[in-house]
Amino acid sequence: MRVLILAKEDHQVRAATPPTPEEMAEFQKFNEDLVKAGVVVGDGRLYPSAQGKRLRFDGKKRSVIDGPFAETKELVAGYWLWQVRSIDEAIEWLKRAPFDAGTYEIRQIFDTEGM
Amino acid sequence: MTAATEAHRAIEAIWRIESARLIAGLARIVGDMGTAEELAQDALVAALEQWPTSGVPEKPGAWLMATAKHHAIDLIRRRQTLERKHEEIGRDAERAQENIDLDAAIEDDVGDDLLGLIFMACHPVLSKDARVALTLRVLGGLTTEEIARAFLVPASTVAQRIVRAKRTLTEARVRFEVPGGAERMARLASVLEVIYLIFNEGYSATAGEDWVRPALCEEALRLGRILAELVPADPEVHGLVALMEIQASRLRARVGPSGEPVLLLDQDRTRWDRLLIRRGLTALERAERLGGAMGPYALQAAIAACHARAATAAETDWPRIVALYDAVAQLAPSPVVELNRAVAVGMAFGPAAGLDLVDGLLREPALEAYHLLPAVRGDLLRKLGRYVEARAEFERAASLTENAAERNLLQKRAAECT
Repeated sequence: MRVLILAKEDHQVRAATPPTPEEMAEFQKFNEDLVKAGVVVGDGRLYPSAQGKRLRFDGKKRSVIDGPFAETKELVAGYWLWQVRSIDEAIEWLKRAPFDAGTYEIRQIFDTEGM
Repeated sequence: MTAATEAHRAIEAIWRIESARLIAGLARIVGDMGTAEELAQDALVAALEQWPTSGVPEKPGAWLMATAKHHAIDLIRRRQTLERKHEEIGRDAERAQENIDLDAAIEDDVGDDLLGLIFMACHPVLSKDARVALTLRVLGGLTTEEIARAFLVPASTVAQRIVRAKRTLTEARVRFEVPGGAERMARLASVLEVIYLIFNEGYSATAGEDWVRPALCEEALRLGRILAELVPADPEVHGLVALMEIQASRLRARVGPSGEPVLLLDQDRTRWDRLLIRRGLTALERAERLGGAMGPYALQAAIAACHARAATAAETDWPRIVALYDAVAQLAPSPVVELNRAVAVGMAFGPAAGLDLVDGLLREPALEAYHLLPAVRGDLLRKLGRYVEARAEFERAASLTENAAERNLLQKRAAECT
């Protein structure tokens, strides 16, 4: 199955203080482990919501809303796309991440069913 | 969920993540796979006993490795007392003792260990079935039951295959090693073959009710991606990964609403997985950059890429596909390749040209019971308006396949020939 790992923005706000080289190295090591285990199939980091736009649909009407958006805890700051065998496996991988703050969400992607 | 079930589920997931590295590290110490796997299983049993009450340790992988290594040293000492004359085992014990350092337990040479384990599980001394079962078991971390379910055989059959495979490895004195030079090439070819066999069993199931079993494709893809990281300089590994990624991109579109197969040219291409196509094309470029454009897997991937690049079936570059099949046929001539080439020729230069080639294959003993020969012939005859002959060919094809979904499709095509 594929899961999407969503990093919530409260982490990014905190990350306004740039990570130390040690933290960066630790993170890179973790990401490398994931790639070597054939887990990562895609990833990306998002610009802060200040640069984001929202489109709201109301009947035929479309309104564009400029960022930043208010609900900071719910905003996505980055994502990983993982190929795993179960949600439990995703949990165990994510537990190994060298993060000391933030919320990360695991969501299964709708697809042909796994084993 | 109780704490105990939670711990059990965590252990199961951790086992999936750690078992290959664990068995690989142990195989390096003890030399043979059977013992390594037993030691790893013992560590798993210890975890199942202790973690539900003690909690999952902070570094579960290191815990499992440390536990297993303690067992390994005990075992080696016991063997040593039994057979003092075997100096080599003494050295193993020393090596094992040095390796007991907890922090380094998982990290040292994991890549080489894993590669050694893959080479061992795919050793040419084993039958194909044995290689497949062993690879899924020790590298995929699948249970015997899961492998049995995937291949629609009784669990006892798989269990027996694995036991026999391990015995064969021991009897043939296959040691844990990463071969070099010419042997490495040959051994790597065996590994690629096993991974592609697993993929293909998922991609077009040879037997049973389901047309595809995506979970097997996922296992194979994951093994391929792992291997590509382990031997990044080998072009054929990237060729194989490219082939599997591109083929897997069509999984969703290959099955109709009621589970029936949908042929390549009839597929809704908007349902193809763009991410997998992109990954496949990138892997193919990598294989070509490494000088592997003419490798057997890279060539097949290049053919798959021709389809992936065409937004509609009509836009397919058939002449290029014919040229690529020419290259495949020169490299590894086989009646099946000739049949595929005939299909491409039929698309590029008209059904009559394709039929000429297919008719040349009718006496080929290797294709005697191959359902796709009459299926292809039926398709070409239908395009030429020779419906009665076409119908007979589709009916013959239907009688030859062992896959129920495919049989239905072929019967439907036969009925349409009027």
